[in-house]
Amino acid sequence: MFTQQIINGLTMGSIYALIALGYTMVYGILRIVNFAHGDIFMMGTFFGLLLTQKFRFPFPLALILAAIFTALLGMLVERVAYRALRLSDRLVLLISALGVSIFLSNFAQLVWGTETHPFPSGLSVKSFQVGTVTLSNIQVYILILSCLLMIALHVFVHKTKMGVAMRATSHSINNARLMGINTDSIISMTFAVGSILAAVAGILVGIYYDAVYPTMGYTAGLKAFTAAVLGGIGNIPGAMLGGVVLGVVESLGAAYISSGYRDAFAFGIMIIVLIFRPSGLLGKKQQEKV
Amino acid sequence: MIQLKLSKNILKLIGAVVLLLLPLLVTNSYFIHIFISIGLYIILSLSLNLVTGFTGQLALGHAAFYGIGAYTSALLLLRFNVSYWLALVLSAVITGIFGFLLGLPALRLKGDYLGIVTLGFGEIVRLVFVNWYSLTRGPLGLPGIPAPKIGPYIFDSRIPFYYLIFGLAAFTVFFMHRLVNSGVGMAMITVKEDEIAAESIGIYPIKYKLLAFSLGAAFAGIAGSFYASYISFISPDTFLYMDSVTILAMVVLGGLGSIPGSIIGATVLVIVPELLRFMTNYRMLLYGALMVFMMIYRPQGFWGANKRVRNSYKIGIRGVSNEKDIRG
Repeated sequence: MFTQQIINGLTMGSIYALIALGYTMVYGILRIVNFAHGDIFMMGTFFGLLLTQKFRFPFPLALILAAIFTALLGMLVERVAYRALRLSDRLVLLISALGVSIFLSNFAQLVWGTETHPFPSGLSVKSFQVGTVTLSNIQVYILILSCLLMIALHVFVHKTKMGVAMRATSHSINNARLMGINTDSIISMTFAVGSILAAVAGILVGIYYDAVYPTMGYTAGLKAFTAAVLGGIGNIPGAMLGGVVLGVVESLGAAYISSGYRDAFAFGIMIIVLIFRPSGLLGKKQQEKV
Repeated sequence: MIQLKLSKNILKLIGAVVLLLLPLLVTNSYFIHIFISIGLYIILSLSLNLVTGFTGQLALGHAAFYGIGAYTSALLLLRFNVSYWLALVLSAVITGIFGFLLGLPALRLKGDYLGIVTLGFGEIVRLVFVNWYSLTRGPLGLPGIPAPKIGPYIFDSRIPFYYLIFGLAAFTVFFMHRLVNSGVGMAMITVKEDEIAAESIGIYPIKYKLLAFSLGAAFAGIAGSFYASYISFISPDTFLYMDSVTILAMVVLGGLGSIPGSIIGATVLVIVPELLRFMTNYRMLLYGALMVFMMIYRPQGFWGANKRVRNSYKIGIRGVSNEKDIRG
């Protein structure tokens, strides 16, 4: 039972981690909370559904194409709703992001209706028993794919020229620009990478629960953001750790205490962590300066 | 100068008289309902403006206080049969205590971190409403909340409710106006502008943050109590994160740290979705797009800092590590 809950928690946790990375990367560079990210995740899932169901693409191709479309959507959102506001008050940006979020979730409702769609992936669900634990092949795919993506992201951020430019931009936009980095395109790139991760997470979760609906971005986005804050927002390994911790805590809380309060455990643990460690688990402490 | 003041006062007087006679001029019950909603949201946006606009603390869970006020009032009326007026006062007090409790972590957190903690608090409160079945009847909600009474007179139509919300909103406007123009209000603005500078001149940021949170919550509680008796039914669905966002949007669209701004923001954001009702399906789509558009072309809101007479300080919210170089 306990190991089973840990496995279930890890599965959801790696999904949260994938979405959280989008929040944390954008925050690291622009110091803004991209509140529309949950809806980008939802749109990514719908793109995946559309490609597999309507156009009958094979699953891996559909996954890649959906990720590309979602990346374009993320870049479009940045271009339309954030770029002009980069210099303004952060609350203004927040409202703009909320506007995008309302727009996207209502757009999805208009196009695909408010009902819940099943997600036929073409994968047959197989469960196998390991000791007392039941694992489904989808859970294994989720764990493997999210690990691979996180490794790929790590390599991208640390070993490629683009990744170095991204880290430089997150240190200081002005200095990065002085070093000849095209910061606008780096910021665009950050949104694209975050959106790709969100789209993959969305398609995985859509298959896992066999459900896609226009408001799915809300709770998932909120929890992923919680995961990002938990790990220390702006910190990439922090988002991964935060996602996994959140998934496991939530799954254990729901199993052993009360399933109705499943989401409350996630938020409760976040509030407790933030009160005792205001910059998150892996965040750097900021000294207040005059 | 004196003449200007006089004509301003006359304008205010005319405005008040028109608002008081409104139920006689407008007989359509739907319009009265819209006016009541505007009054309700004026209280909510002003109460959030005290926390976010004047004291500079980003709060994303205001609907939770609204909900706590509504549930407190409803439960007092249904279970203990107290008079509505007592329930109104008690729900303000109890919600204020919750605001104080939420304000405590706020002392350690800033900016987005505070925003997410208040958001988490809002979600937890909603989950308690949903899951504490023996008290709140969960998702079924609480029906049959009795209407207020004055002596033998029962509030049985929308018109007495209109006057009630008019009175409550007017009281809120008056209270907030006096508060922000007093020493306390100035101290709050100083805390927002620069906490360290505030401390250096003997202002205790902790005290003013807690005061703002408690008072903001108490007024949201008043709004909740009114709502419970007006609609006579409440359920957890009324106090969602989206409602917190709407209230915040009213404050920001109206103009942060501006009382007329919040009033205009509440009025516009109640009326716009109603005006867009004819295009039912595209309504919220357009609403979202308008929010983005407004922020790009008029980020200071309808009635921002530049409209103020005593514009000696800049309005703006600063959060944690607001890197200068992003701005330039």
